[in-house]
Amino acid sequence: MNPSVDALRATFGSAIGRGLESCGDTIVYVRRDALLQVLAWLRDTPDQRYDYLVDITAVEYRDRERPLEVVYSVRSLERRVDLRVKVELDAEADLVVDSVVPLWRGADWLERETFDMFGITFRGHPDLRRILMWETYAEGYPLRKDFPLRGRFSRAEQVRQALAANPEAHYSMEELSIAEAYGELSPEMKERLRRGERGKLAGSE
Amino acid sequence: MKHVMETKEVAGQNPNYLLAKVQDLVDWAVNSSRANSLWPMPFGTACCAIEFMATAASRFDFARFGMERQAYSPRQADVLICAGRLPFKLAPVIRRIYDQMTQPKWVISMGACASTGGIFDNYAMVQGIDTIVPVDVYVPGCPPRPEGLLYGILLLHKKIKGESLFDQVRRRDEQPLDERGLRLPPETIDEISEPFGNSVHQFRSA
Amino acid sequence: MTKRTIELDLATPGVDAQGHPTRVPLGVAEGRATPESAAEEPGLASEHMLLNLGPQHPATHGVLRLVVELDGETVVRVIPHVGYLHSGFEKLGEYRHYNQIIPLTDRTDYLSPMANNVGFALAAEKLMGIEITPRCTVLRVIACEMSRIISHMVWLGTTSIDIGAFTPFLWTFQERERIYNLQELWTGARLTTSVTRVGGMMADIPDRFIEGLRHFTRTFPKTLDEVDRVLTRNSVWVGRTQGVGPLTPAEAINHSLSGPMLRASGVPYDVRKDNPYLGYETYDFDVVVGEHGDVYDRYLVRFEECRQSNRILEQAIERLPDGPINIDNPRMILPPKSRAMNDMEAMIYHFKQVMEGVKAPVGEAYVGIENPKGELGNYLVSDGTAKPVRWRIRPPSFINLSALPKMAEGHLLSDLIAINASVDIVMGEVDR
Repeated sequence: MNPSVDALRATFGSAIGRGLESCGDTIVYVRRDALLQVLAWLRDTPDQRYDYLVDITAVEYRDRERPLEVVYSVRSLERRVDLRVKVELDAEADLVVDSVVPLWRGADWLERETFDMFGITFRGHPDLRRILMWETYAEGYPLRKDFPLRGRFSRAEQVRQALAANPEAHYSMEELSIAEAYGELSPEMKERLRRGERGKLAGSE
Repeated sequence: MKHVMETKEVAGQNPNYLLAKVQDLVDWAVNSSRANSLWPMPFGTACCAIEFMATAASRFDFARFGMERQAYSPRQADVLICAGRLPFKLAPVIRRIYDQMTQPKWVISMGACASTGGIFDNYAMVQGIDTIVPVDVYVPGCPPRPEGLLYGILLLHKKIKGESLFDQVRRRDEQPLDERGLRLPPETIDEISEPFGNSVHQFRSA
Repeated sequence: MTKRTIELDLATPGVDAQGHPTRVPLGVAEGRATPESAAEEPGLASEHMLLNLGPQHPATHGVLRLVVELDGETVVRVIPHVGYLHSGFEKLGEYRHYNQIIPLTDRTDYLSPMANNVGFALAAEKLMGIEITPRCTVLRVIACEMSRIISHMVWLGTTSIDIGAFTPFLWTFQERERIYNLQELWTGARLTTSVTRVGGMMADIPDRFIEGLRHFTRTFPKTLDEVDRVLTRNSVWVGRTQGVGPLTPAEAINHSLSGPMLRASGVPYDVRKDNPYLGYETYDFDVVVGEHGDVYDRYLVRFEECRQSNRILEQAIERLPDGPINIDNPRMILPPKSRAMNDMEAMIYHFKQVMEGVKAPVGEAYVGIENPKGELGNYLVSDGTAKPVRWRIRPPSFINLSALPKMAEGHLLSDLIAINASVDIVMGEVDR
C-alpha cells in the first residue's frame, strides 16, 4: 500500500475514505468536497510531488447499488509512484464534481470526455461541452449502463439527426467570444450559434 | 409459324443502326477516358486509410491504374474512396463532400466498416455509407489488402465502361427525401442496418 | 457593342452608405476598436479571420477539425475539434470477453497494432494475476519494437509530406512493407494483427521469421541514414521546424504529455525505463531526450528512437528462448485444434472459453506501456464476470493533442501544420 494513503489520512482525516490495493495498485477514496484540496496537496507537498496527471475517467458498475466513481490517476515522476484517487457520486443525486483544470491543464479534455460519456459536470471547467459526440447529441450519455449499445433511437433516426447536425454551425464558447466582440452577427448566424451550444436541443430538458 | 425475336431496348440506345454505332463509339471514348484516369478523393478515416496509403506507395502503386493524382478537393475528384469507418459525427461531412463533387462521380466503399458498419455495431457508427451516399463498388476486408482495393478499382473501371452517355440514369441527381437530407426511406435504412437489430427492434441482446 | 449595366441585388452589399467596405468584425489585434473607428480606417485590417481546417483535409492526419483564428498569417488561437472518428470502443468492450477485445485494440492506434495488443493483454493479465512465459515476453518485446518502427515510419513519411518533401514518404513506406511482410508471416494480417491473447500469443513465430527480422535489422539503418542525409541538416527542414511550437518541461508535464512529446521537451520519462514491463530493464538501449521541445527536437527524438528500437530488436533476436508461448492453463488458453476435435475434455475447454469467456477476478488494473505515441494505458475494472465492467484506454494522442492550442499560438499557419504533424496523432486513438 502506497504510504501516501496514510499521509493523506493524517492530513485530511475524515475526508479520506477507504484505501485499498488491487493488483498492486493503490486506490484511495476521497470525499467529493475535499477533492481539489487533496489533489493540490498531493501535487505540491514536497515528499508527495504527484506532479503528473495520468488519466481522469469514470466507472459505473453493473450493480446499480454501487455509486459512480470518478477516477483520477496521478503519478510522481521523480519518485516513480502511482496513486489512484476516486470520488464516489450517487447516480440518483447530482453528478457534479470540481474540475482540476486549475491544477493540471491536461485535465481539460479528459474532463470534457468524461462529461460527454457519463454526464458528470465538472464545476469550474473553462469550456465544458461534448467532445467526442456532436454538441447537440440528444440520445444521452453513451457510457452509462442504462444506455443501450446501439443507442436509443432507430438507425434511420440516428442518420437523420446526424445529417442535421451541421458541423460548421457549431462553434464553442471560445469561438463565440470572437464574434461577441461587436455583437454584429446576422440573425441567421446567431440562430445557428445558439442552436450549437452545450449539447441540448432547444426546448428539451 | 412465325418466330418473333424480341429485342430488348437498351435505355437511350438509338433505334437507327448507324447512329447506335456512333453512340457506341462515343460511349467507348468517353468511358475509357473516364475509367483510365479516375482521380480519387481519399476520404480516409481509419485503418483502411493506411492500407489506402500503402496502395498509393511504391509497392502496389495505383498510379499505374490511372489514379495518378489524389484530388483532395472534391471539385476535382472523380471517385470518392471512403476508406475507414464512418461515425455519425462524420456523416454530414461525407454527404457534403459527395455533394460538392462534380458529375460524373462514383463512390468506392473500402472496408467492412464503410460497407456495413463492420465490427462497430453500436451507437456511434453509421452502418454502411450507403445509407448516406450511393455506392458503386464495395470492397470487403478489414482492412482489404491493397490487391483487394486494386480489384475494386478495376471493377469500377468495368462498371464505368459499361455505362452509356445517352442513358439518363447518371444525370438524375438524387433528391433528398426530406429537408433533413435522408437519401433512402427510413425503413430501408433500418433494414440495411440490421440483421443484428438495434435497441428499438430488439432481435439480439448484445 | 453596347455596354449594359447590370444591377445586382446582393444580400451583403460590399460597401455601406459612405462607400466604406463592410466587414464582419471578428476580433481585434490591439485594444478594442469601436465600430466607429473601424469605419474611419477601412484600409487597416484589424479583424481576425476564422478559418476551418478539416475534418477532411490532407494535412490533418485523419479526421481532425481545427478552427483557426488568424490575424493575417499568424495564428492567434486554434481550437481543435475531435470526435469525428468516435467508434464506441469502450462501450463495445463492455459487451465482449477479454480475448474478444483484442481485435478491437488493433483498430484504435492502427499504425502500431501489435503494441496495442500487447498493452491490453498485459492489463488483462495483471487483472487476472497471470505471469507469462519467457518466450512470450521476448516475442512481445519484438512485437512492440516492430510497432514502434512502423509507427515512426508513418510519422516520418507524413510529416515530410506536410512540410513539403515527398520522397521520404516512399522510402519509409517501403520499410513498413518489410515489417508488414513479417507481420503477415506471423499473424496472417498486415495491419489488424490481434497477435496476443490473454496468457500468451495467438501463434508462435514461423521458421522464416527470425531470419527475415535479422535481415531487416541489418538493412533498416541504411534507409534511416538515407532519410537522415536528406532531412536532418537540410536548411529548409531546419528552417521550418526549429523553434516552432516549443514547450517547456513544466508545461509538458502540466499538459500530461507523454512519449516523444514529453521527452523532446527535456523530461527524461520513458515507461520502459521508469516503470518497466516485459523485461525492458534487461535490454541495453538509450532513452532519447531532447532539449527545446520544438518540432525539430521531436523529429530528432523519434528518429533516434527508431535506431534504438533496431538495437532492441537485435538483442531480442539473440536472446529469444525456446519453450512454450502460452501459459499452461487449459481454462485460459485454447487447446490446439487437433486435440479439441478428438479429446472430449479439450473440446469442453474450447467450448467454455469461446462461448463464456474467461472470468476475471473482482478488481481493477491499470498498465501503461510505452506506445510509439506516448503512454498507452489500459484500465480494466472487473466485477467477476468474463466481460469487463469498464475498459478505459488512456489515449496518448488525445492528451498530446490537447496541448496543440498552447503550442500553436503566435506561429504562422504553415507552422501550425508542422506542429500538428509533430504531435503524431492517430485519430483512431484520439476518438476511440
